[in-house]
Amino acid sequence: MYDILVLGAGPAGLAAAVAARGRDKSVLVIGNRWQDSPLAKAERVDNYLGLPGRTGMELLEEYHRHAEGAGAEFVTGKALSLLVWNGFSVTVGSQVYQGRALVLAPGVVRQAKYPGEGEYLGRGVSYCATCDGMLYRNRPVVVVGLSADAPQEANYLHSLGCQVVYVSPRPAQGLEEGIPYMKAGRLAVKGERSVTGLEADGALLPCDGVFILRRAVAPTDLLPALAVEDGVIQVDRRMATNIPGVFAAGDCTGEPLQAAKAVGEGHVAGLSACAYLDG
Amino acid sequence: MIHFNKERFDQALKGEKLVMVDFWAPWCGPCMMLGPVIESLAEQYEGKAIIGKVNTDEEAELAIAYQVSNIPTVIFFKDGKEIDRKVGVMPPNSYVQTLEQTL
Repeated sequence: MYDILVLGAGPAGLAAAVAARGRDKSVLVIGNRWQDSPLAKAERVDNYLGLPGRTGMELLEEYHRHAEGAGAEFVTGKALSLLVWNGFSVTVGSQVYQGRALVLAPGVVRQAKYPGEGEYLGRGVSYCATCDGMLYRNRPVVVVGLSADAPQEANYLHSLGCQVVYVSPRPAQGLEEGIPYMKAGRLAVKGERSVTGLEADGALLPCDGVFILRRAVAPTDLLPALAVEDGVIQVDRRMATNIPGVFAAGDCTGEPLQAAKAVGEGHVAGLSACAYLDG
Repeated sequence: MIHFNKERFDQALKGEKLVMVDFWAPWCGPCMMLGPVIESLAEQYEGKAIIGKVNTDEEAELAIAYQVSNIPTVIFFKDGKEIDRKVGVMPPNSYVQTLEQTL
């Protein structure tokens, strides 16, 4: 059991981790690779106080080194589900991690779902190949690959004997030969009682299951009770959400979407989580 | 906490008590996370409802029969009929609500 779980390995999450380590709390940061943070794409950041002219990648590398040096622990992967019960539990792949307080710093996570996705959840739509793959053994499935690790999940389904088609707006890296790739972005889940196919840019791909693998699960899907307005998590000045023990920081709390703001909020959220634990 | 096989499951459905069953598998992280919640509810509602688990790895037939295509899935039965189904990890309170509404 960790003192604090941080969801997100960008500027906000890492700042929260450093702040909490400063108060000697044990911290686990769960997130995608820091190299995949949107900040990594910034060619030049000129508004970060005292460090003008760095690339986003340079800043992230230093943030990560700082948090690691401060003693934060890291797990690379996607928080798939979350449970509030005797503290907080988070699933990453087949592992479960527990903490006594939670900092949400996932960045901007699009919540928009594809047509038919919600309707067929539990009847052919799945978000976890490791969990549900065995239930689709030897059957035709489509993987909608929107995350860096989606090709591995497609390969896993293929190894179970599923007839896999991989659909993504971007080419897949690491996809096994023998898995057809289709480039498409406009998608809709089709079905009757259960899923019968995926419509991809107008073409129908018949299948029994659609695995939709996004970069991250939206905070409101992880925590349905979380108060959100216009797509951003509601917080007070301590970065506390409406759920006791849950704090939020960075792009997920709204504009401006800037590293300086994310770091400041992350710092406050980390300290507030410590105060919650010590209170 | 009952671990159902097909026979025990069919028997439970024939009774009058509310049945709540958690379809899970050992390789499924979210299932392992939800497990202790289900076990705690089984203790809490002992005598009032029949609460148990189906390991879909061992009882594939039951998973197919009830068209379980995601795990965890928790299904509620009353008088042998399905009355509610919760797919994925839900807040513990949502299971309690269905139990309380039906009892």
